[in-house]
Amino acid sequence: MKPLRISHSTITSALGAGRAAHADALRDERSGLASQAFDDCALPTFTGAATGVDAVRLPPELAPWDCRNNRLALLGLRQDGFIEAARSACARYGAARVGVFMGTSTSGLHQTELAYRARDADGRLPEWYDYVRTHSPFSIAQFVQRALGAAGPALTVSTACSSSAKVFASAHRAMRAGLCDAAIVGGVDSLCLMTLYGFNALQLVSSEPCRPADARRNGISIGEAAGFALLEWPEQAARGALLLGYGESSDAHHMSAPEPEGRGALAAMRATLERAGLQPADIDYINLHGTATRANDASEDRAVFALFGAGTACSSTKGGTGHALGAAGILEAGIAQIAIEQGFAPRSLNTTEKDPELRAGVLLETRQQPVRRVLSNSFGFGGSNCSLVIGGGS
Amino acid sequence: MNPLYVEAVGLVAPGLPGWQHSLATLSGAAPYVAQELAPYQPALLPPNERRRATQVVRLAFRTSEDALTGTDLPASALATVFASSDGDTDVMHRINHALAQPARLLSPTDFHNSVHNAAAGYWSIAVGSRLPSTSLAAHDASFAAALTEAAALTLGDELNTLLTVYDMRMPVPLAAKRPIAEPFGVALVLTPRRTARSVAALRLEETQQPETTLADAALERLRQLNPAARALPLLQLLARRGAGTAHLPAGGPTLSVTVTLP
Repeated sequence: MKPLRISHSTITSALGAGRAAHADALRDERSGLASQAFDDCALPTFTGAATGVDAVRLPPELAPWDCRNNRLALLGLRQDGFIEAARSACARYGAARVGVFMGTSTSGLHQTELAYRARDADGRLPEWYDYVRTHSPFSIAQFVQRALGAAGPALTVSTACSSSAKVFASAHRAMRAGLCDAAIVGGVDSLCLMTLYGFNALQLVSSEPCRPADARRNGISIGEAAGFALLEWPEQAARGALLLGYGESSDAHHMSAPEPEGRGALAAMRATLERAGLQPADIDYINLHGTATRANDASEDRAVFALFGAGTACSSTKGGTGHALGAAGILEAGIAQIAIEQGFAPRSLNTTEKDPELRAGVLLETRQQPVRRVLSNSFGFGGSNCSLVIGGGS
Repeated sequence: MNPLYVEAVGLVAPGLPGWQHSLATLSGAAPYVAQELAPYQPALLPPNERRRATQVVRLAFRTSEDALTGTDLPASALATVFASSDGDTDVMHRINHALAQPARLLSPTDFHNSVHNAAAGYWSIAVGSRLPSTSLAAHDASFAAALTEAAALTLGDELNTLLTVYDMRMPVPLAAKRPIAEPFGVALVLTPRRTARSVAALRLEETQQPETTLADAALERLRQLNPAARALPLLQLLARRGAGTAHLPAGGPTLSVTVTLP
C-alpha cells in the first residue's frame, strides 16, 4: 500500500501523559501498575490507572460529554501539542475533509455504572445521566470531533481489544477512497467496574502485576489509555513515522479464548507484511499483544515463531501499562514510534523466567539497536485480530 | 468513489420479516402494517453458540441469513462489516444491574457477549471465516457510516462483503435516555464488480442536502424509531428496482447514495 504519514501523535497511560513520559518510563523499565482502589472495587488486583484523570474539567462547550472516558480523552488530547496539530490540519484541509476514527471497547460505561447505583425507587435513571453523550460507543468519536473541530466522516470502531489498531485500517480505507484528506485516529478506554469484575469472572485477572511470557504468568492487569494520531499523505506532511501496512483477520474459534494454534494471529501478521510489501526479516521489533494470560501468550507465540522464528526481538509492554483494552492498539502504535525514534527495543517487564514453551525471541533485557520497522499486534474478544507495521520516516 | 454492486438484501423488522416478504410494502403496493416478529433460530449457529446467543445476535444473524438467500456467494467468502448504534443493550442492562448489587456477580457469558463485536464473533465462528471483519457505531448515522466503510473495503481491497446493521429495542430504564422502540436489521451483500446476480449499482458521495424522508407516514415513523431504519429510503429504491438517490444521515456530511440498475 502507499504509506500514510503519522505526522503527529500522542499517548497517555499509566506510564504518564505524553510521549516523553512513555519514552522515559520504557528506558527506565518502570511499571505504572499499582495495587490501588478504583471506585470501590474490592478485587485484589493491580491496575494501570492514568494519573490525573479525575482532576480534568471539561470546558463548558464539552461539559455535556463529561465522564471518566472523555476526561481521559481530553487529558490525552492536551499532550504533545496534538490539539493544535489537529486544528491546523482542519484549517489546511477544511474541517469536512478531516475524518475521525476512534476505537473503544467500553466507552464511558463507568458513567452508566454510577447512574445505575443512583436509580430512584421506581428504577428510573437520574437526571444528570446522559447515556448518548457518555456511554454510547459513538460518544468518543463525537467528543473528539467537537474538541478538535473536525467535521468529516466519523465513526467508532468497537472490536474489543483490537479496536484502536483497526482505526488505522478504517482511516486508510477512507483516505484511499477519497472520503477525506486527513484522518484523526485514536482510542480511549478507561477503567470501569465491568471490565474488572468481568475479566475476574472469566478468571483472567492476575492478583499481581501482570507478567507477559513468564512461566508463572496468571492473567492480565487492566489498564487505561488515550492515544491519538494524525494521518496525512506523505506529500502533504514531511515529518513523522509511516504506517506501512495493516492486516485484519478473524479467529472463527471462540468468543473469549484465542485459537490455540494462533492461525488467526498468523493471518493478520501475514496480511500486514503482504500489504506493506515486506518480508519477516524487515521487521526489527514486534510489540506483542502479550496480555499475560496463559492462552493468549501461548497462541500468539506459535504464530510469531511460525512467521519470524526466534531471531526477531519482541516483547509485550503491558507489564508497564497494563492492558488498555480498546486503547491498546493506539498506545502500542505510539510505543512503536518511540522505539523507532530512540533506537531501542523495550524488554518484557515483570518477566523473570521466560516460559520454556514459548519459542519467539522475547526480550528479557532492553536492547539498544536501530529499529527501522515495528510490527504491533492487537487481538480481541470475538476473535478480532489486527496487526500494524510502522516504519521510520526518513 | 467508483460504483459498487448490491447482490442481495436482507431485512428484518416488525411487519418486514425478510426482504422478499417486504417488497410489496416497500414498493408501495401494500400498506405497512407493524407486526411483531416471530421468534427465530439462527440456522447457521452451532448449538453451543446458539445457547449463548442473545436477542441482538439473533437479529444480526436473521438479517444476514436473509441476505444470503439472495446470493450464491458462500458466507465464508465474505468479509464483514457489522454496525449497531448501541450494541447489546439487554446485556448492558443486566451487567449494570448486577454491578449495582452488593455481590457484583457478573455472568461470564454476559461479559463476553457485552463486546460490540459479539455478532461479528459469532458470525465468523458460524461460517468458519478468517476474513477481515469490523464492528462500527455512529449513533443515528450508523448505517451510512458502515455502508461507506463497507464500500471502501469492497472497492479498495476487491473483497465481496456482507454489511449488516442492526439495533434491538432499548430496555427499561435505558430507553428513557435513548429511545429505540422497534428492532430493525438490514444487510447488503456488496461486490466490487457487476455480477449476473447484481440487483443495483450504488454510487456514494457527500451532499449538503437534508436527509430523505418517506412519504408513507407509517414507514417514516419506523425510519425514526431505530438507527438502522435510517436505511429505509435506500431500501425503498432497491425494492422498486428503479433509479434514484437517497440522502442518509452520516457522522459527518450527509451521504448521498445514487442507485442505478446494473
